[in-house]
Amino acid sequence: MPEQLTAEPRPARRPAASPQVDPAAPGSYDGPVAQPISKDDVAHVARLARLALSDDELEQYTSQLAGVLRHAADIEALDIDNVEATAHPFPLVNVLREDVPTPSLDRDEVLAQAPEVDQERFRIPRILGEAP
Amino acid sequence: MSDDTLSGWEVVVGLEVHCELRTETKLFCGCRNVFGDEPNTNVCPVCLGLPGSLPVLNKQAVEYAIRIGRALHCRVQPSMFHRKNYFYPDMPKDFQISQYDVPVNADGWLELPSGKRVGIVRAHMEEDTGKTTHVGGGGRIHGAAHSLVDYNRAGVPLVEIVSDPDMRSADEARDYVDELRAILVATGASDGKMEEGSLRVDCNVSIRPQGSTALGTRCEIKNMNSLRSLGRAIVYEASRQVEVLSSGGSVVQETRHWDEADGRTHAMRSKEEAFDYRYFPEPDLVSLAPSQEWVRAVEDALPVLPAERRRRVAEAAGVQAGSEPVATVVRLGLDALVMATVAAKADAALALRRLANEVAGQLAESGVHDIDPDAFVRLVRMEHDGELTSAQARTVLKDFVADGGDPKAIARQLGFEAMGSQELAGAVETVISANPKEWERFSCGDDKLVGFFVGKVKAATGGKADLRAATEMLRRRRGA
Repeated sequence: MPEQLTAEPRPARRPAASPQVDPAAPGSYDGPVAQPISKDDVAHVARLARLALSDDELEQYTSQLAGVLRHAADIEALDIDNVEATAHPFPLVNVLREDVPTPSLDRDEVLAQAPEVDQERFRIPRILGEAP
Repeated sequence: MSDDTLSGWEVVVGLEVHCELRTETKLFCGCRNVFGDEPNTNVCPVCLGLPGSLPVLNKQAVEYAIRIGRALHCRVQPSMFHRKNYFYPDMPKDFQISQYDVPVNADGWLELPSGKRVGIVRAHMEEDTGKTTHVGGGGRIHGAAHSLVDYNRAGVPLVEIVSDPDMRSADEARDYVDELRAILVATGASDGKMEEGSLRVDCNVSIRPQGSTALGTRCEIKNMNSLRSLGRAIVYEASRQVEVLSSGGSVVQETRHWDEADGRTHAMRSKEEAFDYRYFPEPDLVSLAPSQEWVRAVEDALPVLPAERRRRVAEAAGVQAGSEPVATVVRLGLDALVMATVAAKADAALALRRLANEVAGQLAESGVHDIDPDAFVRLVRMEHDGELTSAQARTVLKDFVADGGDPKAIARQLGFEAMGSQELAGAVETVISANPKEWERFSCGDDKLVGFFVGKVKAATGGKADLRAATEMLRRRRGA
């Protein structure tokens, strides 16, 4: 007997700056959104995104992101208790395809795009660290 | 798990099992989902993460996920997909599409053969990663000169099943994986092959003082590729933690790598941002909200699952559902033969014994069987009715399981003509007259001696006597 199909109640408000960041992770941001973002936060996010930012760029992005967060704070301040949470801007659910194979790409063509190929595989430099 | 190494401590285990679904195609594209194909032949712009490509969810994968969810008594609920961001060459998009705070299945349970229930936190959908091969450095990641990547597996549909920390020993953890695998195979959602990587197990292990209800700090162990290594890894890790705590240290929450060769777990190189995946809703996919009708239809089509099969066999044979023979016959898919015996009103308890002992032992290696239920029931009857002795029945059974055929014909071929009751009576008389003192005591009520006489009859007939018939005959003779 399938239970009633209703979504888990979702928190009406969540920190807009860092939706789902593990609070234990260094530099994670889960304080009130009005709190300005620090340069360290930006450096952390940049590192995660593998962006090499200069000190000037860090300053610049910190101030820009603080502006974005202030905007988020404005939205957070709205009374949305009577607004239903949506997962997507379009009123669509269950966009599905049948489980039918379609042609894959030609392997030679695919591997020709790779910087290096070995034994029909993508050859990549030494990996530092294990898969997460 | 030996109590010596853990005296005073209790081990607590929770498991995360990834299972590949048996779809024709990948989760978000039409590339084939096949194990062992030539490298990089099943790839397309979607699973290679080429710019501009868009994922579309595979309906069959959703159905398999629902089957798994309902088989595990989960609530099937509206859900959505998230991007789990990390940089690693096994995922060309640099993110994995997974489910985060609202998984398709939540809050279920699984019943172990012992009858114990293990809680299921969630069973969510996600895509598999590509396969990396490390070249040089003995195939290990450390010291490898470079690595090779095959993206055939990237995008293959997975369901990840997360249990509560409800297991209390390595054996129980193995039982859980065994049971889960049986359920997955029964639903048709997965082939459950650990050796091909279609079932992969990570375990969370912590310890706590006996009697404590608080959870200790856990370590996550990866890289076990068999039930045996899962058990070994848990035993090792628990004793490592006991040693750490007993010597005044504290367990550090970390991911550890099981090394099959040296039989230890090793801390993986820690990366400071390892757990910061910056999940956010996948904008290219809409929500998944299976209708009640769909969920009900999937559920109605589920086969009878192992726990229910165990209950049926146990009831039929008049034994405990949690008993070892019941678990064995169901695990090996021999329970249909017990049920056939019941349907034919033959001795189901005897059938269960023969299947759980002789047949299970014989099938342990091959694991497959093609036993004709009618012929099997006839053989059970022959033994029950004393046409064959237990020893003879076991011999016939062995040939029958190996090669099939008619049990009566096999018995005749082996020269197991039933010893006529006259012949048996003669043997019984001979044994009685040869042992008058013992017979006197037996006649006076010393019932233990029945074994003595049955043994003599067995020896005198060269093992051909039906011992059950001989016992009855001895008792009747005494009463006369």
